[in-house]
Amino acid sequence: MNQLKNFSKGFIKENPVFVLFLGLCPTLGTTNSAINGISMGLATTFVLVMSNFVISLIARLIPNKVRIPAYIVIIASFVTIVDLLMKAFMNTPGVNFEPSLYDQLGIFIPLIVVNCIVLGRAEAFASKNNVVTSLIDGIGIGFGFTFALFLLGSVREILGSGSIFNLKFIQGDGILLFVSPPGAFLALGFLIMLMNKLSQKIS
Amino acid sequence: MDNKKSSFGNMVLTLFLVTVLSSTLLGVVFELTSQPIESALLYKRTLAFDIVLPEFDNEPIKEEYQANIDNNLFKFYPGKKGNEIVGIAVETMAMGYGGEIKLIVGFLPDGTISKVAVLEHKETAGLGDKIIKSKSDWSIQFEGKNPANFKLSVIKDGGDVDAITASTITSRAYCEALQRAYSAFMKGGKK
Repeated sequence: MNQLKNFSKGFIKENPVFVLFLGLCPTLGTTNSAINGISMGLATTFVLVMSNFVISLIARLIPNKVRIPAYIVIIASFVTIVDLLMKAFMNTPGVNFEPSLYDQLGIFIPLIVVNCIVLGRAEAFASKNNVVTSLIDGIGIGFGFTFALFLLGSVREILGSGSIFNLKFIQGDGILLFVSPPGAFLALGFLIMLMNKLSQKIS
Repeated sequence: MDNKKSSFGNMVLTLFLVTVLSSTLLGVVFELTSQPIESALLYKRTLAFDIVLPEFDNEPIKEEYQANIDNNLFKFYPGKKGNEIVGIAVETMAMGYGGEIKLIVGFLPDGTISKVAVLEHKETAGLGDKIIKSKSDWSIQFEGKNPANFKLSVIKDGGDVDAITASTITSRAYCEALQRAYSAFMKGGKK
């Protein structure tokens, strides 16, 4: 039961985007479509789980004064691994030469290093808890982040491009504002409002 | 928390070990992925040739040649059927609104634009990214046009190109890239 709570807190109660307001740069930058949101979320989840795992294993061996540089090196390594893997295996353009996933997420992947969720979980959770709890925390928070990015990406894609997962359901353009950066702020603001209402009802 | 003591020796040793282990891991992953990364990039090129050139039966990437035209190095990839050149693909670029726009343009031997594929771009999603064929039909207006009698600049600037709404800078850059490719092709790309 306790581990279940540990896992599910990332979705509503401690959602990194809607409640903690962490990692907003990739949130706003990559969510112009649902699939981009999910991919960015999953890439971050991988880094989060791996860094939580490794850091919870070795936290006790790291002297306090150098713990942040050590964590950053570990996190940066996993981000580079994700970057290389995506460059190798998600870099195939579509039949009509649609840009590959790697081309679309491009500059945001290296930026996972400075995503405060990852370092935040390492410092506040993984370094103080055992391996299993930290792994579950990583998965939970990661999925919560992915969920938030997917939600925001869907809203922006539906309103902005009139499509969902690249399937068009209206002809022509949507409200173009929503695929550009100002639309990201607007959509995020309204989503946070809704999420707050929702979590108030739950509790 | 009973962490190891923050003595100088401990700190140096820890950071040393962490960095050595990380770089070893990265080295291994780099080795494992370098082959797939290369083939992914090669595949991208090959796919681009399939799109921009008329039907061919050689391997344009292996017959690449370069020419220095107006102080810029251009790469040409001829597509051949039998021994006859059916078209030549040219790599070109221009500065767009968000950064470089890189195109591969296929020319027929007489200079007519066959088709164009976008290799890389950083234009605004929903506006400037309409230069990509999967997003919009905008780029079809260039197909089958010969720049000798089709002025490659937007109507606003006195040309023949219908610009993308709200993305004039992108449209201009796209035209500029095509124009550069065309003049390179005419001045030295033809063989």
